[in-house]
Amino acid sequence: MNAGELLAIVGPSGAGKSSLLRLLNRLDEPTSGTALIEGKDYREIPTREVRRRIGMVMQRPFVFPGSVAANLRFGPQQQGRTLSDQEIEGLLRDVGLSGHAAEDVGHLSGGEAQRVCFARALANQPSVLLLDEPTSALDEVAKLEVEAVIRRISRQGVTSVLVTHDFQQARRLATRAAQLQSGKLIRIGPISEVLNVEATLS
Amino acid sequence: MLKQLFHSQVALGFAQAGVTAVLAMIIGVAARKRGIHVESETLVALARGLAQIVAVGFVLVFMLKGPQWTSALMLSAMVIAAGLTSARRTKKIPGSFEVSFWSILIGSGSVIAVMTWAGVIDGAITSIVPVGSMIIANAMNTNALALDRFRAEVESHIGEIESALALGAAPDISVSPAAEKSFSASLIPALNNLRSLGLVWIPGLMAGMVLTGSSPLYAAIYQFVVIAMIFASSGLTSLICTSLIRQRIFTSAEQLALAR
Repeated sequence: MNAGELLAIVGPSGAGKSSLLRLLNRLDEPTSGTALIEGKDYREIPTREVRRRIGMVMQRPFVFPGSVAANLRFGPQQQGRTLSDQEIEGLLRDVGLSGHAAEDVGHLSGGEAQRVCFARALANQPSVLLLDEPTSALDEVAKLEVEAVIRRISRQGVTSVLVTHDFQQARRLATRAAQLQSGKLIRIGPISEVLNVEATLS
Repeated sequence: MLKQLFHSQVALGFAQAGVTAVLAMIIGVAARKRGIHVESETLVALARGLAQIVAVGFVLVFMLKGPQWTSALMLSAMVIAAGLTSARRTKKIPGSFEVSFWSILIGSGSVIAVMTWAGVIDGAITSIVPVGSMIIANAMNTNALALDRFRAEVESHIGEIESALALGAAPDISVSPAAEKSFSASLIPALNNLRSLGLVWIPGLMAGMVLTGSSPLYAAIYQFVVIAMIFASSGLTSLICTSLIRQRIFTSAEQLALAR
């Protein structure tokens, strides 16, 4: 991974895209091999530290019951840090949800809930963000809203890995792409190159 | 009717057991008509229950003449059996026997010990074994409910739990909503017993005491004492169970490890 880039992981269902992400923030354990974070074997770094530095947004928005602000405070709280109201408002502005801090998550739409998940992951100030098909459970409008958030995060210099089965989305958002098939990396390079080869082959 | 036919108390007991077993089997056969097949399970459970309780009756007959420490031995055996029974329904949780055993042992053992020391439970074998067994049996049920509810809560909230982990939360924090829910759910029966005491049911202990000649008022108060002890030991058991189990479902690298 290059710092600051948005790498798309593409491939058919069952290729191992989501499994790769789960290995990257150690929700699953690699049976062989390892991941290096700035050159260091990530198994030598405490798991919670790895997970704080490598944030994740899942396929479906799993918000915690309570207010939007409570969701955003959760991550920093684990390290004993309390987010100020201004910090919360700043994070919400970044995901287009200004003024929603006090709202109960039960009242949010799917797209809004997913954007809360983005803000919640960003509250930990991760250096890498893993995005596991974050728009696949959303309708067209919500999907575009979330894509705008991804673009904004990317511009702010957060390195991101986006798993998607949607080639158009990969083309819209990513600079590079890696293609997986049956658990193996078969191609990696500039987005247009990888996707064009794929298009020609299929 | 049975009393005219049988003159020995033991023979009468077996005849009464036979009649109730027939009643239970009728229910089993009725269930079959609705496509629910429990008749063989019912038959096995009935035979097993009768054999077990008659064996205990024999043991009690011998123990009444034996030394005091035999009651401790018998209660310990009950705790092990309770741990095994409780763990059987939750095989998916790693180490569920150890969790059940320690929860039931500490939850019921401490209440029995303190209450015997305080003189609430009579130390005589005829008293400590039946009262202790009631406390252990209820601790077992509470523990089984807590384990089962915990498993169900975790299974239905894997996304939330892994989201919390992914945000750098400690494993026990990520499952604390599941642990809290299973704690309160597991105490519902013990709490209902306490609330409805005397209104919905007059429990067996009180009936027994009255039958053997105790004053009904004392029997009533002592029944409350037993139900309150059951509630205390259930609460403690569930508390220990839900704290122990939190640690068990994660690997050393803090990954969720519930057998799927």
